[in-house]
Amino acid sequence: MPDHLLPLDSPTAVSDPVGVAAPPALEVRGVTKRFGDVLANEDVDFRIERGRVHALLGENGAGKSTLVNIIFGLYQADTGEVRRNGEVVNLNGPRDAIAQQIGMVHQHFQLVPVLSVAENVVLGDEPTRHGVVDLGEAAAVVQRLSERFGLDIDPQSIVEDLPIGIQQRVEILRALYREVDILILDEPTAVLTPQETGHLLEVLRGLADTGVAVVFITHKLREVMAVADEITVMRRGRVVGHTVPADTDESDLASMMVGRPVELRLKRTPASPGDKMLAIVDLVVNDDRQTQALNGINLDVRAGEVVGVAGVEGNGQRELVEAVTGLRGVISGSIILDGEEIAGRPPRQISTMGVAHIPEDREKLGLIGAHTVADNMVLNRYHHRPYSRHGIRRPAAVDDEATRLVEEFDVRPPNIAAMVATLSGGNKQKVVAAREFSHESKVMVAAQPTRGIDIGNIEFIHRRLIEYRDAGMAILLVSAELDEVLGVSDRVAVIYGGRIVSCEPAEGIDRDRVGRLMLSGADG
Amino acid sequence: MSDLFIRFRWVILTILVFVFVTLFTAEFQQAQTTAVLASALRQSTPLVFGALCGVMCERSGVVNIGIEGQMLLSAFVGFMVASATGSLIAGILAGMATGALMGAGLAGLSVTLQGDQIIAGTVLNIAAFGISSYFFQQGLTLPSGKTPQVSLGPLADLPVIGRVFFINRPLTYLSLILIWVVWFVLFRTRWGLWTRSVGEVPSAAETVGISVARVRYTNLIAGGCLAGLGGAYLSLEAVGSFERMMTNGRGFVALAVMIFGRWNPIGIWGAALLFGYASAVQTQLQFRGWLADDPQFIGMIPYVVCIVVLAGFVGRARPPAAVGQPYSRE
Amino acid sequence: MRMLKPVAVPLIAVGLALGIGAIILAVSGANPIEAYGALIDGSLSSQKTVGRTLEKATPLIMGGLAVALAFRAGLFNIGGQGQLVVGGIFSAAVGFGFEGLPWIIHAPMALAVGALAGAAWGSIAGILKATRGAHEVITTIMLNFVALNLTDWLASNPWKDEGILSRTPAVEESALIPLWGSFPTGFLVAVAASIGCWYLLERTNLGFEIRSVGLNGDAARYAGISVQRIIIATMAISGLLAGAGGAIETQGVIGRYEPGFNAGLGFNGITIALLARNHPLGVIPAALLIGAMEAGGSMMQFNADVAPEITDIIEALMLLFVATPIVVRWFFSRQEAAEVSVTAGWGSS
Repeated sequence: MPDHLLPLDSPTAVSDPVGVAAPPALEVRGVTKRFGDVLANEDVDFRIERGRVHALLGENGAGKSTLVNIIFGLYQADTGEVRRNGEVVNLNGPRDAIAQQIGMVHQHFQLVPVLSVAENVVLGDEPTRHGVVDLGEAAAVVQRLSERFGLDIDPQSIVEDLPIGIQQRVEILRALYREVDILILDEPTAVLTPQETGHLLEVLRGLADTGVAVVFITHKLREVMAVADEITVMRRGRVVGHTVPADTDESDLASMMVGRPVELRLKRTPASPGDKMLAIVDLVVNDDRQTQALNGINLDVRAGEVVGVAGVEGNGQRELVEAVTGLRGVISGSIILDGEEIAGRPPRQISTMGVAHIPEDREKLGLIGAHTVADNMVLNRYHHRPYSRHGIRRPAAVDDEATRLVEEFDVRPPNIAAMVATLSGGNKQKVVAAREFSHESKVMVAAQPTRGIDIGNIEFIHRRLIEYRDAGMAILLVSAELDEVLGVSDRVAVIYGGRIVSCEPAEGIDRDRVGRLMLSGADG
Repeated sequence: MSDLFIRFRWVILTILVFVFVTLFTAEFQQAQTTAVLASALRQSTPLVFGALCGVMCERSGVVNIGIEGQMLLSAFVGFMVASATGSLIAGILAGMATGALMGAGLAGLSVTLQGDQIIAGTVLNIAAFGISSYFFQQGLTLPSGKTPQVSLGPLADLPVIGRVFFINRPLTYLSLILIWVVWFVLFRTRWGLWTRSVGEVPSAAETVGISVARVRYTNLIAGGCLAGLGGAYLSLEAVGSFERMMTNGRGFVALAVMIFGRWNPIGIWGAALLFGYASAVQTQLQFRGWLADDPQFIGMIPYVVCIVVLAGFVGRARPPAAVGQPYSRE
Repeated sequence: MRMLKPVAVPLIAVGLALGIGAIILAVSGANPIEAYGALIDGSLSSQKTVGRTLEKATPLIMGGLAVALAFRAGLFNIGGQGQLVVGGIFSAAVGFGFEGLPWIIHAPMALAVGALAGAAWGSIAGILKATRGAHEVITTIMLNFVALNLTDWLASNPWKDEGILSRTPAVEESALIPLWGSFPTGFLVAVAASIGCWYLLERTNLGFEIRSVGLNGDAARYAGISVQRIIIATMAISGLLAGAGGAIETQGVIGRYEPGFNAGLGFNGITIALLARNHPLGVIPAALLIGAMEAGGSMMQFNADVAPEITDIIEALMLLFVATPIVVRWFFSRQEAAEVSVTAGWGSS
């Protein structure tokens, strides 16, 4: 058991202001990593210095996660080396990385939901007494650590009962418990409100000030400019730039990240809303654990407008989407689609009546990976003519439609016989979007429509949303990315604790105020 | 404590009903009641061993559908070794080794090769059936007889309970101890914490430096020893010889026991006693000549109980989250 | 190599199993060449033994289809044996219970009733899974034991033949599925069933739904497919196939239901389905292989003095090599091993 009361600010943090003599805390040289045909990292060089926050910036699929997973020992590089304090180290697993005092906060939290905070923090390095895990001691250590770093956590609570932002603190505590020198955070702000993000950035700054080297992976330019001491930009598996915030700005970074100049703002015309297409009235819905997730929600979407739902994940968004699309039962209240009640109807009926759905998890819900692109293009209409007759399928008709959609939505490669699982994330999402937009539905429910795809495809999907809005579709957009909600929506609703706590026009909305509403349900 | 009561309320309530009914009948038929209870305990013993094997495997995230095969082949090897050497202890150890080896085989197929766990278990079952049938020789006996009865001094003189719990054979005592040992290991020790985290979120365990493969191999092998004891119990303690297919579905019933006991050794004991009681009542009914013309209906009882229990409880119990999924880092 | 893999893996698996089987034979004191010679002798040497192989293969095809179809929906039907005996005894009941019907009505009717009885038995597990979340692996095994007790009771009480044995009376001649020379016509029914299953899976909406549920149940539900309905329907069709296999056995081979009625199916359906990689047409050659081993087993005992249970071991080895990634890992690249997983998870329903 290491003594956790020792101060973390070791002399190394300030001992070498010139920075010539001491080698960097960690250095990656010439690393290449291949997965099958994909070159995830190509000849990557990367240096991490003590006491500094180093932002690793890049699009989805640029190779950032691969690089840090190599540093954390989860992957092994095909060629190249990792040096720790100047010496080559072999990292054959997280165990080796932990021994080198490298810690990581993963994008998908690596916590055991059914265990307590204390158990999760000490897991793998437990205080024991005669072979029995000393949970009292574990809780005490967690308590001390959380107080010292201003991370307010009850060590006894069960992780699955905690909000996302708090779960992230558990991950950070776990790294601190192991007295890391290097802390890597993979997309830590993806699921946080602006206020939580602010707090996290403060914590990171504080850690850096005690001498820890912090690596912070993101694709959000605002955060990079706010907190980073150094910035490394990756694109398509290569390092394409290294700079400091003083020498650059957001649009520079964006161009570096994407490889061409990008419009940071979506070009759009004002909406001209028509009739009320979707009306949600006093809707009450339970979650999987049979506790109330929506406590009487009211929300309207008109033809020709985008209503965005902003909120921290886990405040009822998923249940809202599932109730509207029929995937989840309704306890009470109603959902009116163009004058007709649809609450509690089966998904197929609702879809036929005119609700399209881009699901939040395209791999798990939206697609069947082992089916062809063609079959996925008609996944919820295979039973309609002309795709089948009297229960017998008509592959030629399916292929015709799929060929048309693949062309219209620029799915690459344009091979309708390919298994969908072989496509990239962005192209998978295009298949889902193509299918859902082609229904000519009245209402589109788009949940996290651009999660995990690159900027080019994000722009593409956003443009399509606006086009279909202009053609008169009513669009309900649910996204954890506040920027997406604010950028695409005509009206913004904030969901908190299963209630809509505010709903107002997006024009001129105050970003911080929305963040406060997301965080506490109240403005102030 | 109240928490425990709520979680196991169905098991506890069922047991209470049985205890009440038994005590009521014990008023005027003590000898018979004691016999039924003792028989229930004996019938529950192989289920306890099998279900403890299941819980070791599933808590680490591996479905073991091959418990039936592990028990069958262990019963066979245990019997053959005891018959050849004349030593029951050698037979029991051989049974444990067989179960452990099969557990290691299951680990190889499902952890190292990342194959489908249910199919890997089915392979164990079929292989056990084939091997025990092909190599079985009729007419072998145990030179030393079955394992001996041991009565625990004054405890054995207690009314009803004494006869039920404290006059038994060694493997039965061992099963009663192992219930608590497995519980302690799973819920109090470091290894148990590792096991449970590997069974829930293997990638989380891996990121804190726990080797998922090592935990799963160890648990499958240890579980195999337990199933092996169950097999040895059948051939060396309960019957005293080997018969083809002698497990008769007990390995599968043990899985239902594990689910009904909510993946918790103490719950498992309650559930196993319930099944044992059903079997004991079945024997008692046959003994008294009830349904004498239709023994098939009595024969169905344990299997029907098993189906009813599964249908009634599986949806409400929550299995370890990672059960059944091969784990790989990349 | 890639194109050959669907055929190569089962072939390598069979070869390895026979090779290891030979070693086991040699170790236990038998002559493997003599034993395998007798095996071929007893299954392929004459018109009569070929007929016997086809006869053995018929219920195996049906049992293999039952498992393969269920696998395509992500379900593991280990209950083929139970569905088969239920189908067998109900077809026997129709077979001896009606007199004076023309063959063209009686035989198909007995076959249909047997098949439907199997379907009903199979759908129990489907309903329990769809509505209660009880895993089909355990329920189908338990239902096997229940079915054996139930048919035993039926054959010793209401449907008992005169005499001491617990068996049904012989079915009427009009209910028999006849031999055509030494060629069992029931085999044609099994081949037709294979083609029918292929058509169902590849060309119909129901087949698309079954495959979708099997590949990704959540996405199937999202796409408006009722997963519960598909689970029940698949288990019913699966039971229908096994039940029909039992009926063909009754009407084409044994002529009645009796104890020990085709105990040979056992787990063979699983081996056959996996050798066929769950392809309905692949089931035919796989079942012929196992059928030949069953048919030749007795000759092996007679000529080479080898216990016929060696075929159980060889079949277990075949399953080991074909169902697990061993062969794929040894003979092919590592990444392709991932395709092996076929069953749905434990807790999922």
